[in-house]
Amino acid sequence: MSEEITTKETEVNPEAGDLTNLLQEEFPDGVTGFHAHRGDETVVIERDALESVCRFLRDDSRCSFEIMMDLTAVDRLEMKETPRFEMIYHFKSLTHARRLRLKVRLAEDDCKIASIHHLWKAVNWYERECFDMFGIHFEGHPDLRRILMYDEFEGHPLRKDYPIDKQQPLLELKEVEERHTYGRHT
Amino acid sequence: MTGMSALQSRIEGNSSGEDFSASIMSIEIGPAHPAMHGIVRFTTHLDGELIVGMEPEIGYLHRGFEKESENSKWIQVIPYTDRLNYVSPLLNNIGYSMAVEKLYGIEAPRRAEFTRVIMGEISRITDHLTCLGAVAMEIGAFTFFLWCIKAREYLWELVEEMSGARLTTNWTRFGGNAHDLPDGFLSDLADRLSKLKEVMSECDKLLTRNKIFIDRVKDIGSFSKEDALSFGFTGPLLRACGIPYDVRRSDSYSVYDELDFEIPVGSVGDCFDRFLVRMEEIRQSILIIEQAADKMPEGPFMTDERMIHYPDKKDVYGNIEGLIDHFKLVMEGHQPPAGEVYMPIEGGNGEMGFYLVSDGGGDPVRVRMRPPCFNLVSAMPAMTVGHYVADIVPIFGSVNMIGGELDR
Repeated sequence: MSEEITTKETEVNPEAGDLTNLLQEEFPDGVTGFHAHRGDETVVIERDALESVCRFLRDDSRCSFEIMMDLTAVDRLEMKETPRFEMIYHFKSLTHARRLRLKVRLAEDDCKIASIHHLWKAVNWYERECFDMFGIHFEGHPDLRRILMYDEFEGHPLRKDYPIDKQQPLLELKEVEERHTYGRHT
Repeated sequence: MTGMSALQSRIEGNSSGEDFSASIMSIEIGPAHPAMHGIVRFTTHLDGELIVGMEPEIGYLHRGFEKESENSKWIQVIPYTDRLNYVSPLLNNIGYSMAVEKLYGIEAPRRAEFTRVIMGEISRITDHLTCLGAVAMEIGAFTFFLWCIKAREYLWELVEEMSGARLTTNWTRFGGNAHDLPDGFLSDLADRLSKLKEVMSECDKLLTRNKIFIDRVKDIGSFSKEDALSFGFTGPLLRACGIPYDVRRSDSYSVYDELDFEIPVGSVGDCFDRFLVRMEEIRQSILIIEQAADKMPEGPFMTDERMIHYPDKKDVYGNIEGLIDHFKLVMEGHQPPAGEVYMPIEGGNGEMGFYLVSDGGGDPVRVRMRPPCFNLVSAMPAMTVGHYVADIVPIFGSVNMIGGELDR
């Protein structure tokens, strides 16, 4: 983010939300930063801590985030930030009527992260979309295929270095096995 | 439930080593098929007429909304949002504009918010009418469909009166709306609402207690609360499962906390519950519109913050500040302060969230829209396996997949 927000994340913020404090207590090594820009509570965690933090968020009664609301990534290439990718997880708890954003930063040459598809069923397609659009590999995902683009598509369109006007080659017609000719003469 | 036991015996049969593969038939439904709303493909695996497996394939309508948006100015994204959920375009406009307002840390004037509530609820009604009508038509109730389209037409005329277009509305701006209420709009609105209520009571008589209809939708596509939450359901489908989650109430954005309305919930989440929830939501939306029209405050419909709203023409031509603001807004675009926000609103199908990232420049770094029906379509296998082929039609109809929103 900008200068202002980066400093907020590194300083000790007295206005850290309850969840931020809770996560810092439970995962002292996992939490690397936080902010609450415009009231959206955000916690940055280490990549290795993702699975255990998510499990904690889902199962602990102080969190009970029943809904995995959204999963996406941000390519920060043009913001000149390193590491390049930022994974964004949005959660919603109906019990406590609150939201949380979780972030994990990934380097360009090592954009791999553990899949959390076994915690929420919604994650399966979200991770496929994120893989499709950003080329981030979710380790342990059962079916990591493209979802919006076709299999032969080259590159990952939401990366900032994918030109918006790039053209992909036309595909050859695929051979399919035809069982019926439906009156056509071949 | 005979379907489930037949499925069970089939699965057990397979595990015992017997080969039934010859009797499992795969049928492609879609991409272009009358029962597919928009373009989507289901590869169904059938044992006779019983569905034993299904794989949805989406992406046929992918137009790169997010990529286009990230290569546009902030304000240029608004027309693109019309094309997301194209049966309720005003809700998309409102959601995106509110997200950018959150990024700026401003709020639209009260008159603008009340107008947004009215137009948003009108859009929600058109969305629900389209869904209900399509479901009913596909299972044979053609009259109901025509009645719904008739009612929708009344509302689209109001949308046209307000924004100048029926679908490509492009109506909101950051910090307000493009237009104030046109002359005589509120009396037109009251007139249309009374017509709508009449149509709704006729629709109610046509289907709600109709045995043929109930036989087709009752206990079809039932979904447990736990599964619905795990799949990330929101909107009418989650409420049909019995969970009263509505973003209008839980996040009480805009002026919804000043308006009195109820959140209808179902019990088992089958297609009939979904039908009833949507019917009741239309009635509640009518109540919301009436209250908002009564409470409509006087005042501006657009914020007067500099560098957010385009200055009036008399200022552009009359003084140097107006000219500079206009020039900079046109050439460099809006420049929301650096930061990131997630702004959820209750769309027609559920929680429509915009996640925006700004680096303080004129181009968005990230525009992400959480499509509510993405989760619903991903749960199609879970909803249909164990049912018969003919049940795909009401189940998929009540999911109300909108291609523009699903594939973006």
